Amino acid sequence: MSLFDWFADRRKGQFVGKVSQETEESDGLWGKCPECSQVVYRKDLQANASVCNSCGHHHRINSEERIALIADQGSFKPLDRNLSPTDPLGFKDRRTYADRLRESQASTGMKDGVVTGLCQIENMPMAMAVMDFRFMGGSMGSVVGEKITRLVERATAQRLPLLIICASGGARMQEGMLSLMQMAKISGALERHREAELLYMPLLTHPTTGGVTASFAMLGDLILAEPKALIGFAGRRVIEQTLREKLPDNFQTAEYLQEHGFVDTIVPRTQLRKTLASLLRLHGCKAKKAAGR
Amino acid sequence: MARRYLLEFEKPLVELEQQIEQIRELARDSEVDVSQQLLQLETLAARRREEIFQALTPAEKIQVARHPHRPSTLDFIQMFCDDWVELHGDRRGGDDQALVGGIGRIGERPVLLIGHQKGRDTKENVARNFGMATPGGYRKALRLMDHADRFRLPILTFIDTPGAYAGLLAEEQGQGEAIAVNLREMFRLRVPVIATVIGEGGSGGALGIGVADRLLMFEHSVYTVASPEACASILWRDAAKAPEAAAALKITGPDLLSLGVVDEVLPEPAGGNNWAPLQAGEVLREAIERHLDELRGLSINQLRESRYRKFRAMGRVLDPSSSETGLPA
Repeated sequence: MSLFDWFADRRKGQFVGKVSQETEESDGLWGKCPECSQVVYRKDLQANASVCNSCGHHHRINSEERIALIADQGSFKPLDRNLSPTDPLGFKDRRTYADRLRESQASTGMKDGVVTGLCQIENMPMAMAVMDFRFMGGSMGSVVGEKITRLVERATAQRLPLLIICASGGARMQEGMLSLMQMAKISGALERHREAELLYMPLLTHPTTGGVTASFAMLGDLILAEPKALIGFAGRRVIEQTLREKLPDNFQTAEYLQEHGFVDTIVPRTQLRKTLASLLRLHGCKAKKAAGR
Repeated sequence: MARRYLLEFEKPLVELEQQIEQIRELARDSEVDVSQQLLQLETLAARRREEIFQALTPAEKIQVARHPHRPSTLDFIQMFCDDWVELHGDRRGGDDQALVGGIGRIGERPVLLIGHQKGRDTKENVARNFGMATPGGYRKALRLMDHADRFRLPILTFIDTPGAYAGLLAEEQGQGEAIAVNLREMFRLRVPVIATVIGEGGSGGALGIGVADRLLMFEHSVYTVASPEACASILWRDAAKAPEAAAALKITGPDLLSLGVVDEVLPEPAGGNNWAPLQAGEVLREAIERHLDELRGLSINQLRESRYRKFRAMGRVLDPSSSETGLPA
């Protein structure tokens, strides 16, 4: 398709004159950076780890893309892929929880909102969990809690360092108190991993809030974050209501948390793999002999 | 009779109580024997109260749980604790009044007691921040729990908070981190921990002192993942649907017992704990002593392992590989 054809196509469409917000999510060849409005060629964007070339905005990426960016090619071995959610409360708001689950499962091809597994970074073995924001806002229900807990226990048993990539709105309300209790369950498993003197690093990506912030996101030996990621306990709106005053512009960003001492280092996504490898090496992780790659 | 703070569903009782009061006055003035009538009416009132309180909806239970005269952490401590010494401060520059703690004795047993503390009136509520603790409050709790761990004092926690404080300063000081660290560190404790939801248990702010060997709950207490108001405005896009959300979220003692979250639901007098606080104190004291006796026999390793197993079993998942569905406690 030539550039001219592309423009012609667009004119036929409904967004003449304005590029809609949803272009970021759409599948066209071209997209627009929601931050700087620069029109970008999608393949260029992907080649740059979905970071905008002109303003450095980190576009949201899914768990699959995330794994491809971090793990040695072909090294990721998923665990507990068949664990799937139930509807323990028979929950219904305007729609049933069962419906919402089916919809998320159909649109993502995932059973629930986290992928866990073992992988290597520069041949150093590691346990990794990746939350996927597309699945009901990355919310943490029983399956997310169980899969992460199993991964942490396995990391402890096999003496592996652990990386959890956080992207979550918090606890999944549709599972009620069972989802709140996942915070405690995972924290308990992390206590054992820590007691075994193993390295745990959470990477906080946009957004990391609520119950995830109040549990495993803040329990890292080292806490990493992506630039400008929203990280917080309470929602901005809630705080504005209680305070009735204006909040700082950079409130609850990764930079703000680093300033206040809760993030060790902010790592641009393009540097992530390299930084993780360095940190693993600095903590005594050894590369495996290249066996059957 | 002193003016009572009445909840909406208690109104049908008012008429009966007024009648009783009128007859009493009549009897004082006229020396007519009305004891028979009085007894009848009082029995009727008691029965009505019992009926009403046995049929409370989850939304109504929240009102009982938030009743301004419901016994609070410090009330319970006064009721069943001797030699009580309150201990202040997080050793980081603050002393949160919304989360209090200290050491005392129950019977022959020295224990550490901590809990959320709401105020009785507006003035006290401002000082206590409505029982919403700051990061400093959670750090103070952890400092006290570490102290108990060193001196082998069992830990009793009392949960009664709408949630951890949501504010600019709380975010700056790391509300998430403070709660997270408590969750992790409470798994390390070498002493028995018993947590009781005495009023409302609001989300992470409740869990921040809620990792325990036994989790008890009063009959009209509630424990929620998110306040029904917040849940309604997010999922229903309408805060007025809070009563529906309260029912859907399964927040009452019996619900949480069947989900394997709580270990025991403690009965309340008809009319709720605020109706007969001393009776509530006796119920709680008896339960705590019974559970402490049970836990006393465990070694440190057994205690920690069973605490881990308790939380490890929470949640419901479908796992085709193990052909096991969920793990209710």
